Amino acid sequence: MTRALALLLALLAAAPLHAEPEAVADYGSGPTRLRVQGAADIASFGPVMQAFTEANPAYAVRLEQWNTNALHAVASADCRDGDFDADLVVSSAVDLQTWLVNQGCAQPHASALTAALPPGRIWRNELFGLTAEPAVIVYNRRLVPEAEAPTSRFQLLDLMRAPGKRYLGRIATYDIERSGVGYLFAFSDSVQASTFGSLIEAMGANGAVATCCSAEIIAGVAEGRWLIAYNVLGSYALPQADKNPDLAIIAPEDYTLMLSRAALIPRGAAHPEGSAALLDFLLSEAGQTELARQRLIVRMGENGDIQLRGQSAASIRPIELSPVLLLGLDRQRRERFLTAWRAAFAPR
Amino acid sequence: MTAAAPAPSLTRRLGLALAAMLLAGGAIVAGLAFAYGRQAAGRTYDQLLIGAANQMAESVSLVDGRAVVDLPISAFQLLALAPDDRIFYAITGPEGQLITGEPLPPPSPDRPLETQPHSGEPVRFVTVNRVFSERGFSGAVTVTVGQTSRARDALATEITRNALIVMGIAGLLMALLAVIVARSALGPLGRIEAALAARAPQDVSPLTVPVPREIGRLVASLNGFMARLDRVLSANRRLTADASHQLRTPIAALRAQAELAADETDPERLRAIVGRIHARSRDLSRLAEQMLSHAMVIHRADAGALGPLDLRQVAMTAAEEVGHVLPDRAAELRLDLAEDPVPARGEALSLVEACKNLILNGLAHGASPVTIRAAQEGDMALLTITDAGPGPQPGQKAKPGATHGAGLGLTIVEAVADAHQGHIEKRMTAKGYAVSLILPALPEEPSP
Repeated sequence: MTRALALLLALLAAAPLHAEPEAVADYGSGPTRLRVQGAADIASFGPVMQAFTEANPAYAVRLEQWNTNALHAVASADCRDGDFDADLVVSSAVDLQTWLVNQGCAQPHASALTAALPPGRIWRNELFGLTAEPAVIVYNRRLVPEAEAPTSRFQLLDLMRAPGKRYLGRIATYDIERSGVGYLFAFSDSVQASTFGSLIEAMGANGAVATCCSAEIIAGVAEGRWLIAYNVLGSYALPQADKNPDLAIIAPEDYTLMLSRAALIPRGAAHPEGSAALLDFLLSEAGQTELARQRLIVRMGENGDIQLRGQSAASIRPIELSPVLLLGLDRQRRERFLTAWRAAFAPR
Repeated sequence: MTAAAPAPSLTRRLGLALAAMLLAGGAIVAGLAFAYGRQAAGRTYDQLLIGAANQMAESVSLVDGRAVVDLPISAFQLLALAPDDRIFYAITGPEGQLITGEPLPPPSPDRPLETQPHSGEPVRFVTVNRVFSERGFSGAVTVTVGQTSRARDALATEITRNALIVMGIAGLLMALLAVIVARSALGPLGRIEAALAARAPQDVSPLTVPVPREIGRLVASLNGFMARLDRVLSANRRLTADASHQLRTPIAALRAQAELAADETDPERLRAIVGRIHARSRDLSRLAEQMLSHAMVIHRADAGALGPLDLRQVAMTAAEEVGHVLPDRAAELRLDLAEDPVPARGEALSLVEACKNLILNGLAHGASPVTIRAAQEGDMALLTITDAGPGPQPGQKAKPGATHGAGLGLTIVEAVADAHQGHIEKRMTAKGYAVSLILPALPEEPSP
């Protein structure tokens, strides 16, 4: 186990290990302070924590904001060392969360709210999907004509293959070696559809840019540095689009991946009853409403946050919490996937 | 109709027996269901596990003399059919070096399937080998896949629970059925009870309530009892009628003589009247005695146990007793006894009494000698009293008081014959007038 963990860490930690969170914020003033480790922006997740402490004055919350891979490295090391003592761990890298649960790092929690979750949003009563965040295409409305805006992966492919090289070096996506959620989306794409191979090939040929992270990519599109960004987390794009009318968001018509950011209660949680209360709050009507207000639950379709253009709701493919996610973390599988990715994106 | 002190309830006994049966059966079925459930669930999930391991082994290929694995998603989807179970896998090369997955406890070489505690839970492991023998790579790639046992435990529990539910329903139905069966089986008893309750006190005719065969015996013995009761009652009625008939005349005569005596002044004639009164009262006392004996005989014959006896013995005893009563006429009696025993089933005292009555009748109304014969004829045992007389003549009536209770005597004989399932035959023979008491002969049996 130790050796495998070390290997995994070495693989995951292409970026330097951050032993410290990127940012920390405190909410409420209750006597019991819960520590939440989140691969979640304080800007969007903080207000939800604030709502929790207001509804449950017995608790205060310290929210740590982490990069997904750094969070995973810390969490798995803590689990290995037996001091996995945060009260809740929330991450968009649900495959890594699944791995932690599979390793026995989490403790179960069952309530009426968890029982009501659909099967794809709960695993073993230890991993719970809190949010609904689509992987979207973001483009700059000012620089990309409406007619050219890709509404599906095929149109994106066509755009990149079109003569004129208008989009050469102007398409961005996550650097999947540095972004856990980027890897998850890319890997899910590779499992979902045969288009993925040609897509990264075309991206490579088009000099597409792989970079980290959501905020940087969206800012780049807003500035016009990039014209189109692929597989961006919709929950980050939406607030930016609210502020910047140049940003347009498309849920791909062929299929739209839907991520449910997953929470687990570490086995060594210092305040398990607080963890349970926080988790139940996040799954409750009030919590879900607050998450929706922060655009962490993105409503699709009519009167929703993102319009569906002609495609049916069936084109939305939730990334289900199940041990199948472990496949993407298989050492050889990951290595081969990354090799293909690097080959495509290699500077030439 | 003996009543045991605390009457046990048939329904409760039935219920208890059934409950015991259901409990014992239930325990056995539950055990079997659990064993079967575990086995079936185990086999189901073992097959998934083996399938996944085979798919993983299939995905191993050699690239530049190096084993590489391209795990198929289907293997994981197969394992995810156990939705809440953790999965572990390791793919190792010939020297045990890990190719992919995580280090797992080394598999036992002789057991491809085994359950071991791992990572805090019991984990079912399956090991599959794939042997390569190519340039640069020779040896077996070992695929070990493990899965926790929640799904198989849940399936086993479900199978067991379903079996128990089905059994519980079956048990309830059986109990219900048993109650219905017990009610309907005991139903005829209720009908008998109602039929008996609805009867007039003097009604002792046989019950005609339709009942099942099992209860038929009860009804038959009830009817037999009532037939006996009927016989006793009618014998009593006959006795009362006879007695009133036979007593009325001598008592009237006695009173007449007594009135005569009251008015008589002549000492000589008074003495004659007193003598007649004495004779009459002696006859009357004999009559009373006989009536009592009659009652006793009827009672014994009806209520007493019928035992095997020899009719020759009866004939001898009767003759002897008559001789004692009437010593002056003993010489008129003849015994004609068979050489072999004449076995019959009967009550000795009442048979002797009946025989005595016939002898006395013969002596009183017939002519000497009176022959007492005991013999077996076919399946009949006979006790025949023959007198040399011509038999009863038309118009001849028993002369009450003057004899030893002639009419009453035959009544006793008839009652005794009845009680022994026998009958009486009267006929004229060459030797004279014969009256036979005919009983069913007892098959060869050592008489006591």
